[in-house]
Amino acid sequence: MFSLLRSLWGVFLHAFHKRVTIQYPEEKAVLAPRYRGRIVLSRDPDGGERCVACNLCAVVCPTDCISLQATEDEHGRRFPEWFRINFSRCIFCGFCEEACPTYAIQLTPDFEMGEFYRKNLVYEKEDLMISGPGKYPDYNFWRVAGVAIGGKAKGEAEREAAPTDLHSLLP
Amino acid sequence: MAKIFVENKPYEVDAKQNLLHACLSLGFDLPYFCWHPALGSVGACRQCAVKQFKNEQDITGKLTMACMAPASEGTRISIQDADAAEFRRAVIQGLMLNHPHDCPVCDEGGECHLQDMTVMTGHSHRTYNSPKRTFKNQYLGPFINHEMNRCIQCQRCVRYYREYAGGDDLNAFRLRDTVFFGRAEDGVLENEFSGNLVEVCPTGVFTDATLKHHYTRKWDLQMAPSVCTHCALGCNTTVGERYGSMRRVVNRYNHEVNGYFLCDRGRFGYEFTNSPARLKEPMMRGAVVSKSAALESITVGGRAIGIGSPRASLESNYALRQLVGAERFYAGVSGAEGTAVAAALSILKSGAVPSASLLDVEQADGVLVLGEDVLNVAPLMALRLRQSLRNAPMRAAKKFNIPPWLDHAVREMVQDQQGPLFIASPYATKLDAVATATERAAPDDIARLGFAIANAIDRGAPEVAELSEETRTLAASIAHALLGAERPLVISGASCLSTAVVEAAAQVAWALHRQGRAQTRIAFTMPEANTFGLALLESKTLADALKEDGIDTAIVLENDLFRRAPEHLVREFFEKVPHVVVLDCLPTLTTAAAEFVLPAGTAAETSGTLVNSEGRAQRFLRAFVPSGSVQESWRWIRDIAVAGGRTDCAWQTLDQIIAAMAQDCPALREVPEAAPARDEAGKIAREPDRYSGRTSMLANITVHEPKPPQDVDSALAFSMESGFRPAPAPLIPFFWAPGWNSIQATNKYQTEVGGPLRGGDPGTRLVAASVQAAEYFREIPAAFRPAAGEWLVCPAFHIFGSEELSRHAPGIAELTPKPYIALNPVDAEVLGLHAGDAVQVTLDGVTGVVPAILRADLPRGVACLPAGLPPFEGCALPSPGKLALAKPEFSVRGTP
Ligand code: SF4
Ligand code: SF4
Ligand code: SF4
Ligand code: SF4
Ligand code: FES
Repeated sequence: MFSLLRSLWGVFLHAFHKRVTIQYPEEKAVLAPRYRGRIVLSRDPDGGERCVACNLCAVVCPTDCISLQATEDEHGRRFPEWFRINFSRCIFCGFCEEACPTYAIQLTPDFEMGEFYRKNLVYEKEDLMISGPGKYPDYNFWRVAGVAIGGKAKGEAEREAAPTDLHSLLP
Repeated sequence: MAKIFVENKPYEVDAKQNLLHACLSLGFDLPYFCWHPALGSVGACRQCAVKQFKNEQDITGKLTMACMAPASEGTRISIQDADAAEFRRAVIQGLMLNHPHDCPVCDEGGECHLQDMTVMTGHSHRTYNSPKRTFKNQYLGPFINHEMNRCIQCQRCVRYYREYAGGDDLNAFRLRDTVFFGRAEDGVLENEFSGNLVEVCPTGVFTDATLKHHYTRKWDLQMAPSVCTHCALGCNTTVGERYGSMRRVVNRYNHEVNGYFLCDRGRFGYEFTNSPARLKEPMMRGAVVSKSAALESITVGGRAIGIGSPRASLESNYALRQLVGAERFYAGVSGAEGTAVAAALSILKSGAVPSASLLDVEQADGVLVLGEDVLNVAPLMALRLRQSLRNAPMRAAKKFNIPPWLDHAVREMVQDQQGPLFIASPYATKLDAVATATERAAPDDIARLGFAIANAIDRGAPEVAELSEETRTLAASIAHALLGAERPLVISGASCLSTAVVEAAAQVAWALHRQGRAQTRIAFTMPEANTFGLALLESKTLADALKEDGIDTAIVLENDLFRRAPEHLVREFFEKVPHVVVLDCLPTLTTAAAEFVLPAGTAAETSGTLVNSEGRAQRFLRAFVPSGSVQESWRWIRDIAVAGGRTDCAWQTLDQIIAAMAQDCPALREVPEAAPARDEAGKIAREPDRYSGRTSMLANITVHEPKPPQDVDSALAFSMESGFRPAPAPLIPFFWAPGWNSIQATNKYQTEVGGPLRGGDPGTRLVAASVQAAEYFREIPAAFRPAAGEWLVCPAFHIFGSEELSRHAPGIAELTPKPYIALNPVDAEVLGLHAGDAVQVTLDGVTGVVPAILRADLPRGVACLPAGLPPFEGCALPSPGKLALAKPEFSVRGTP
């Protein structure tokens, strides 16, 4: 009997607490940058496309809603020829972001993606690309990778020695 | 057998093997790099360390390299021992010091042996922060991509390329941690088996350059067990598809056929499947029509004939034969080819010497090649033949107690000794370099040499009249060497289109057999993937069909008749036949001349059976459903039949047509055994567990995720869901095991490493040798005498170019030779010709102009044209021809 009354009292007191419910959509919630909402593809600090079409996000995706095709430019830089996320399947688990070795794919605090037609939830690369580096301002995969691309020859990556001179007779 | 103890538990293993081999065969996960089942052990990488104990009391033990220690009786080892595990982890850590941060952009990623081994050893954190050594890459041609930073110096590539495949333009350069594996300078890798580097190299240094153009991870490929259609050996392949196009071919291990390797034509020829020229829709008089419109307009009455094809499946050929009736069905090969193939087939059936599997070729220890350019006609046979040359010298190694797997010791011992190999061919071949003796002669002389050898082996075989003393001596020495072999092998085939050569080869083999060499084998190379299958079905050839009159409809199955008979004969034939229906995958001169063209699927898109040159029926299964109206030829033929009201050709599934075929054709009775029927095998996924993008790849077209196509033809499903039973060997769509993502997972599918697949190697032999020895052949041709003003024009085979379909792959096209005619410099002088001069060649009623090249290896009176290349692809070579210096205004077919 006593515990019943105590509970009722406790509920009653809540009427005077600070409200956490906000009047959405008039009022917007403040979401942390790590919130898992709409997915974007970011660019590296030099403005280049970050995604290297490694397919890791696609393979880790539990709903298999990411697909892409890799291609390369004439200097060997790999990037997705096309990149598609079917948001009508995505469960915003963030595994893709965790798997991505280049910080290209990122989840953002935007969750307002409601659509009347499912097909409008299919985002292509041009819908996903943003113009900046997103949450990770500094990282540039190509600066640490061993593959040469336009503007970065062999031996010019971070912590790389100059290419071995095969004709040298020195030991 | 020997009993060894692993973690104190006893196991029975093969005592003739090393501990690594034993551990892997027992199913243990023990990391390794430099060892390869086909290459043996060298102990270079130190990755396979285990703890070895002296006896039960010994608890200290010592680290030892499993690949370098024999699995002898009573050996006690521990794989899990903490010291051994730490040692292996440290070795990987060392290898990783210089390894680039490349996995995301590395084509090996997801099927990388280095990744697998790194995970297996538990090295997960990198502490090294100093600069990494780097290399510049080389251009290695259209097939192989080079990314040298990723090398871990395991030496497998050079060991495979130089010692196994016999190449000499790939090598190790420099020293210490800067050893470089590549060519002396940029350039196309010269060896015809360079593609195997992709699988041999455990890292992403050598990767498939054709895959790079449409890169797909292994986990994203929809795969199926297939059979290479680019020559008659029938190497087993795994083909992979993604987004409706074919992405690549890798080796599918078959102990008795291709083992661990493929040739470059087989590996990289697949791109013809993706050719933009592919026929996708039915056509009527050059215009695309609907399937039903096409089928309604085709009528097959009593005056229709069918022309089959040696590159189409047994099922498609059989379907056509049923549609038109057996007596109106013709094998679509030239008359001369039909005769030579029939001779070979009857020899295999009536003689007591069985045909050789490629495994038999590798195990031979004395080889005679009669009239064949093995490397260019049956490439993989040449690779396995090369290994056989070590067998005779290796017997000596046995005496010194050197186990065959101890590769460097064996090679030190063998040095450059080679087992006996004799090659008689119209022109010098690449294998000549390792031959004991060679003879270049016209086909008739090659046959005479063969008959002389047979006579020298067994005096009961007929003697050859008017034999020169030289030939007699050569024959005697070859006979002596073959008699000294335990497993002699005679290789011949249809390349000379000469029954005499084929019979001479049989004569040698039979003579050896009569002399008590029971292990004698005979191998006939054949021109195309299903030449033998077609020959088992039908013996009438195209030559017979062209002579027929009163035909109203000719149905041509996957065949370009302009490659089978001279152009004018084919044109005359098409003029007298009012309706021509052609089924094919790519446009040809034949499809251009046809009234109806129906789009046929390629091997990767269809399922069926092929009979290889050994007489082995092998099933290939489709990897994907092709776009457009493309389907199996037998389904088109069934549709034609059904549209015409026939009920006897209404097969719905592959198993139905195979059953009908096995019932109708006694020679094909065993075909159903080639692979389990659909209902026997449960459900097998074509896609790996981690196949990605299922709910997204078609989302741009529809978000409703269409049901995947159903395969009524096989147990394989277009899905990633498998039943519980392991796939039977002929139905294994790809090799994968937990922790083993690379092709090295093959280990997990074999009864023992390097042995047969579990449940037996795929395929079933249709041709068995007879128990009774056949009579010797008595007809021996006269010696070849060049007629004045006439040359015997022989075919010169090219691995890249001579085969019809692979030529449509851009990489192969790049390496295809330009047309030429080769002749002896002395002959050229008689004609007043110089290298490069345009020569007007007339043969078989066809005239063309090609530049001359001079080859001193050609016998006088013999000239060579590249086989299967225009403008003479329709002429049955060898054939007598006339050569003359071309008048400048003359030119090649069609162009003014
Ligand atoms: S994981 Fe990152 S880099 Fe790789 S494909 Fe996905 S977005 Fe691109
Ligand atoms: S070779 Fe293997 S470990 Fe090295 S970058 Fe390529 S995938 Fe990664
Ligand atoms: S290139 Fe590959 S096979 Fe050759 S040594 Fe390096 S890692 Fe080994
Ligand atoms: S040897 Fe013949 S069957 Fe084997 S891969 Fe090469 S072309 Fe294909
Ligand atoms: S595999 Fe044993 S040392 Fe390399």
